Amino acid sequence: MVLPFLVVALNAVKSPADYSAHGPLSLPEGIHLDGLRDFWQRVDFGRKLFNSALISGSVAVLAALLSVLNAYAIGIGRVRGRPWVLAFFVLANMLPQEALVYPVYYLSKQVGLYDTRLSVIIVFTVIQSAFGTYLLSSVLGAFPREVIEAARIDGATKWQVLWRVVVPVSRPTIGVLLVFFFIWTWNEFLLPLVMLISNDNQTVSVALGVLQGQRLMDATMTNAAALLGVLPAFCFFLIFQRTLTRGIAMGAVK
Amino acid sequence: MSSHSKAPPLRRREYPYALFLLPGALAFLAVIVVPFLMNAGISLTHWQGVGSPKWAGLANYRDLLDDSAFWESFRHSLAMVVAMAVLPTALGLVLAAALFDYIAKHIGTRTASVLRACFYLPQVLPIAVAGIVWSWILAPENGALNEALGTVGLGSLRQDWLGDPDFALYSVMAVMVWVQLGFPLVVFMAGLQRADPSLHEAAELDGASWWRRFWHVTLPQIRPEIYVVLLWCTIAALKVFGAVYVLTKGGPGGATNVPSYFSFQSFFEKTQVGYGSAVSTALTVIILALALVALRLQTRAEDR
Repeated sequence: MVLPFLVVALNAVKSPADYSAHGPLSLPEGIHLDGLRDFWQRVDFGRKLFNSALISGSVAVLAALLSVLNAYAIGIGRVRGRPWVLAFFVLANMLPQEALVYPVYYLSKQVGLYDTRLSVIIVFTVIQSAFGTYLLSSVLGAFPREVIEAARIDGATKWQVLWRVVVPVSRPTIGVLLVFFFIWTWNEFLLPLVMLISNDNQTVSVALGVLQGQRLMDATMTNAAALLGVLPAFCFFLIFQRTLTRGIAMGAVK
Repeated sequence: MSSHSKAPPLRRREYPYALFLLPGALAFLAVIVVPFLMNAGISLTHWQGVGSPKWAGLANYRDLLDDSAFWESFRHSLAMVVAMAVLPTALGLVLAAALFDYIAKHIGTRTASVLRACFYLPQVLPIAVAGIVWSWILAPENGALNEALGTVGLGSLRQDWLGDPDFALYSVMAVMVWVQLGFPLVVFMAGLQRADPSLHEAAELDGASWWRRFWHVTLPQIRPEIYVVLLWCTIAALKVFGAVYVLTKGGPGGATNVPSYFSFQSFFEKTQVGYGSAVSTALTVIILALALVALRLQTRAEDR
């Protein structure tokens, strides 16, 4: 599973001469960072990282918020017609983005949101929260009723019960949602590819995907690009890994 | 379960729970419902994206039925379901159980979580990056796989993995298994952690083999997770776009084309927006039908 990453890391620090002399499987003769630097400057990688982080972070928070509100009404409130409401959210998430992409592209042009990061944030907040609603609703459906009823008898409003009882207890699940939303949004390709045309707004995914499509790079620069694409994901993963494990452990203890 | 709706213990004038659904409902209307209906509407027209659409009735759908390129792309979707849902779920179950019961207990929980992390890593990666990595590994000249085959004396197996119509689909499938495996693994391991260990221990004391415990204790306990994973992975497989875009662009000669890429081409390359909308609407109908079946199965399993 990690072998491809190791091979990529090896070749990202080779000089082109070293690569053509010894092929992709030899150890590099020395650390050669020109490929990384060239690629970074060529695509303005710092900018792409910022765009990706901004979009994914906003989406994770907003989508988690929306999921909590929806799931509270469905899982705890047991609103009338709840299976239908839930089915609607699930189906909305399962729609292929191809069935939305052209109207979203067209409408965003009409309202002046085309080629803005905000447009992508709005769209993915809604799409991701559909999954969050689905998952959280089933978790909250199994929420101990006594706890809620006790809080209600103590005079808490629904709004207070949500923030003081339900959200704190559900924090592990919400944490997992935040992680998944962040990663998924970071990795999204089709809608950002269509919506973010200008270089200044593109995400890491789109920038790398477009370059790959053009096949303009030599082998070492390809590897440099791959390594730079892997690294942020890898860093976030190391951070998230702890959240995930902690969330799972807390869920087990309850 | 549903007969649980009790009146609140204290009678107060308070907003109903349904009010919490309002922001979500409005957002969904604007981002999902309206565009979706527009897409379905466009699919009944001939439109190039500029000017006014010309009403065409079901002409696009009739063309679709006769379009062998579309049917071929649809068959590739089934291959993607195998690569992204069936194989990862099956492998993920066995791997999760092995990591949880065996590696964690006999070697250490640290090793188990490091291994889990390794399997999960490809999931964290933008598909575009996975595409760059793999199209270089699978490249015909100087690709790491062909070089490795040559080094171990299997040079006769060298292929143009992504450029040969006979191999391209299998190569993409293999990459997708690699990409997808971590998701079921993590979900299943979380499920196993939630499951009651005493059942497992009791079965072990009764002398049940590892395989029997896996089948009769572990699997039933994480059945909800299995349904969720299969459901989401199948949908993901039918929607796969990025991997095809970066690995093969649907080629060579349509050998790896899938409906989502097919509709993308119609929208933005051929500017046949009506036709593209028909493709994506048809794909949507198929996905939603499958999703409904899966949801029904899941509800029935939960009620039992």
